[in-house]
Amino acid sequence: MILDGKCPTGPIEKTWDKHRFDLKLVNPANKRKYKVIVVGTGLAGGAAAASLGELGYQVEAFCYQDSPRRAHSIAAQGGINAAKAYPNDGDSIYRLFYDTIKGGDFRAREADVWRLAQVSNNIIDQCVAQGVPFARDYAGYLDNRSFGGAQVSRTFYARGQTGQQLLLGAYSALSRQIKAGTVKMYPRREMLDLVVVDGVAKGITVRNLITGELESYAADAVCLATGGYVNVFYLSTNAMGCSVTANWKAYRKGAFFANPCYTQIHPTCIPQAGDYQSKLTLMSESLRNDGRCWVPKKKEDLAKHPDQIPEEDRDYYLERKYPSFGNLAPRDIASRAAKEQCDDGRGVGPGGRGVYLDFSTSIGRVGENTIKERYGNLFEMYEKITDENAYKRPMRIYPAPHYAMGGLWVDYNLMSNIPGLFVLGEANFSVHGANRLGASALMQGLADGYFVIPYTIGGYLAGVKPGTVGTDNPEFKKSVEDVVSYRDKLLSVNGKKTVSEFMREVGHLMWENCGMARSKESLTDNLKKIPALKEEFWKNVKVTGTGAELNQDLENAGRTADFLEFAELLCTDALHREESCGGHFRVEHQTSDGEAMRDDENFCYVGAWEFKGDGKDPELHKEPLRFENVHLAVRSYK
Amino acid sequence: MSEHKTMTLTLNVWRQKGPNAPGKFETYTAKGITEHHSFLEMIDVVNEDLIKAGKDPIVFDHDCREGICGMCSQVINGVPHGGQERTTVCQLHMRKFKDGDTIYIEPWRAAAFPILKDLIVDRSAYDTITQAGGYTSCHTGGVPDGNALLVPKGVADYAMDAAECIGCGACAAGCPNSSAMLFTSAKVAQLAVLPQGQAEAKKRVTSMVDAMQECGFGNCSNHYECQAVCPKGINVKFIAKLNREYLKAQF
Amino acid sequence: MSLFTSTVGRKIIMAITGQLMVLFVIVHLLGNSSIFIGPNGINAYAEHLHSLGPLVWVFRLIMLVLVSLHGWFGIQLTLENKAAATTTYAVNRKLKASFAGENMIWTGLIVLAFIVYHLLHFTARVTPDIVAGTDAAGRYDVYTMVVSSFQHGAIALIYIVAMIALLLHLFHGIQSFFQTMGWNSERSQCRITTGGRVVAAILGLGYIAIPVSILIGILNK
Repeated sequence: MILDGKCPTGPIEKTWDKHRFDLKLVNPANKRKYKVIVVGTGLAGGAAAASLGELGYQVEAFCYQDSPRRAHSIAAQGGINAAKAYPNDGDSIYRLFYDTIKGGDFRAREADVWRLAQVSNNIIDQCVAQGVPFARDYAGYLDNRSFGGAQVSRTFYARGQTGQQLLLGAYSALSRQIKAGTVKMYPRREMLDLVVVDGVAKGITVRNLITGELESYAADAVCLATGGYVNVFYLSTNAMGCSVTANWKAYRKGAFFANPCYTQIHPTCIPQAGDYQSKLTLMSESLRNDGRCWVPKKKEDLAKHPDQIPEEDRDYYLERKYPSFGNLAPRDIASRAAKEQCDDGRGVGPGGRGVYLDFSTSIGRVGENTIKERYGNLFEMYEKITDENAYKRPMRIYPAPHYAMGGLWVDYNLMSNIPGLFVLGEANFSVHGANRLGASALMQGLADGYFVIPYTIGGYLAGVKPGTVGTDNPEFKKSVEDVVSYRDKLLSVNGKKTVSEFMREVGHLMWENCGMARSKESLTDNLKKIPALKEEFWKNVKVTGTGAELNQDLENAGRTADFLEFAELLCTDALHREESCGGHFRVEHQTSDGEAMRDDENFCYVGAWEFKGDGKDPELHKEPLRFENVHLAVRSYK
Repeated sequence: MSEHKTMTLTLNVWRQKGPNAPGKFETYTAKGITEHHSFLEMIDVVNEDLIKAGKDPIVFDHDCREGICGMCSQVINGVPHGGQERTTVCQLHMRKFKDGDTIYIEPWRAAAFPILKDLIVDRSAYDTITQAGGYTSCHTGGVPDGNALLVPKGVADYAMDAAECIGCGACAAGCPNSSAMLFTSAKVAQLAVLPQGQAEAKKRVTSMVDAMQECGFGNCSNHYECQAVCPKGINVKFIAKLNREYLKAQF
Repeated sequence: MSLFTSTVGRKIIMAITGQLMVLFVIVHLLGNSSIFIGPNGINAYAEHLHSLGPLVWVFRLIMLVLVSLHGWFGIQLTLENKAAATTTYAVNRKLKASFAGENMIWTGLIVLAFIVYHLLHFTARVTPDIVAGTDAAGRYDVYTMVVSSFQHGAIALIYIVAMIALLLHLFHGIQSFFQTMGWNSERSQCRITTGGRVVAAILGLGYIAIPVSILIGILNK
């Protein structure tokens, strides 16, 4: 099937305005008759639930954490982009649009990205109005910093906790609506099924994580804002609870999964210290404003203290390879460059998996206090984890899985191929193409939640009769029964291996064979090993306790079972995409100097996969990508 | 980065089946712990052993494991988050402990934070306090340009110092009176100094203080234990600010 | 009015009443110090106070109101705090909370009981140890009354213990006043805390100095 993104046509500058006008409206008195479910309360979900509630819809919001304020958007550190052009450095909506398309290696839809760039400015205003304490200068004006993949300063920030502040802004708006009674909040609930009635999304089945009870909720539309799936690598910068489960259940109910192979490996994370480790910690990309990446030129210097390696024996590899962007090269490029140095045997630290991020030049230039003011909390966090003082000794960093560009397929209205199912934020695939630029995830989450879904959902609901399906519909009962039998199956295996042992194994396979570099061979290998591991899981996993209680082991087991299925799809997608683009690097497709080589002739499309049943191959659908404003070109940061 | 040296520790962990079930301490041994394990990774190790032995693992709240989500909530040897300055449990590392140490691990204890199971408590009271007024009543859209309201750096920094609160509940858990004043005051102070928040400042402070009281938290009597245990080091000057705002709101 | 019902409002009342009583404690100590001048000092001082007539009663009434409000809300808030913090931790370790701060209710109750005793003792003069008489100038002989009472070790001990309780109460209370009134800032907090403690110590030790001086014979009949 050739998919249609339903993008508006005409001059790109007018697309969103024209589309907004063309969308049908629901009149204010009718809005309260419609019920909307929002799953996930991060930037996208929280903003959507608050905005939809304010418009007058009856909103029911769900999250697995104990409070909507804890969604993992909170961990974003560096900042949020907007085309305000406050610094007078030549920025514009068009440039943000251009940078994002190029940064995504020409694998995103132009219209979606244009809209994102256009509403980016509204987001900053919105957050300021909410009381988000963005960094300001002494006169009181908003301050900016630089981020990777751009030559202008367009990143707004709140110290190293921008995600936290933006999320708390959305949470405050959500709290206001909860108080007003327009949003009903259901925390500690995990979505375990999407209920589809006559081909239309009409509700969800969730597990109450405290009591273990399964609960059904019906609505006229369902919005998934359930985040990304890079915990498939086991070790990532995601929170422990981040999973593919909600998206995967929707996929199994017919929603297409687009571009799962586009995963972002973030270049600056604290390297792994041991096998017991449960997660990797990010060190914000903003550090590359002042930090310089290097490794020793000579292998015999590896054992030395970095201070003892003279300047001429250091290889500032990013500055050498990409002189115009230098240390601010985009993430995919910076990550691969770090891996290259380590593969070359010049990595530092345990296992040789690390590079230095050195602040001594900046400290010499602006002083330790200024650096402390800019990144103090990051240096503190680094010291807590590694017991090393990064003011005195360069940080050791290494790439780690961080973000999923892929996600459920959606059209321009953020609706999936299942009518009534909307997908927002990281959970969808729409704007980042094959690589996301720094400070763009926060922008997308809030754009979708505050300024896209409030309009586009109306366009859908205007054509739907409210409240036609209730939880008494047989599909809800069947959904609960399916979830119960799946749960009981997990509990009844009673094998020998723990859930986390399986998760570590699948994560290891994914990282080694489908991580920063992928090959036909490694992927084929994974496509044999992962199904075998899945089979073993269902024969030999040990899950303690029962379904009718707070049972974290069972929660993890369900998530792991979904990751085991999803990993296979990710590898299938990676194997089919015979090109290198953005975060997807196929070793067979590279230039002589090791840069990614796209194949626009054969792969300039969105690959969306349809579930065909257990044991059957998924079917690939394509949505061709057309570039009318930004011309397809080799992406260069040299 | 030495992996060769490992520790063995004795853990006394609070186990409680449900909100109304009686709880008690159970003793476990954590073996093979290195100085690079985080405290939660140490419990992961214990849990793996428990699962393999067919026993129920210790349940505890945790999520981001990088000190920002505010989910983790354990009282270690009598101190919420374990007593390392400005550190959450998930960022506490085992290098702070010695081989052979005995560690007591308990949930937050406060009447307003009922225990749900083992080390997990219900902190929805904090959401209730926020819902009472921890926001500016701006609408989505229709707001002025971000630079239309100037906020001098000093004010923005003050607001940010307060806004860093992660809502973990340690302040109330550590407070001898189980008071939630530090949490409440951080939000009140943040929004009271920013021009965007000033229109509603009076209503906000009274509603939030009332909500705090109704949730069953105790009264602040200026012990400042909250600041000492706060993983973000939120300063008690914000409580003074709340008091001032509250007094202003009376007139 | 929510000042009398809300958590912060009642704390503000506690702070204001407490602080007014601190002012009284300061003035009272200054007056009492006249004992070190000898019988002439303190007897003249007492005579002067009595000559104020009805003003004394206005003043006593104000003090009664202050003590009642402070005591009433203090007990009420403490009971609420106990109800809010139902269970204690297996390990009792505090990083910052002080002994003085955590025992305000007990030091407060001790001081309250002492006030009752003190009024019966030197104001109503109904305790058996009281030596009532007049001095050479025909004034009521406060000096002899005080000195002869405090020569009883047990009575001196009661006063000393009560004044230690007062010292501890103010050790926490004075700085607490500034915080509750919202006059505290990050910069001033340390100075206010230290200053409050120094004042508390001066007041406590100042009062204790009287019975101790009498016991060791520096002041005698």
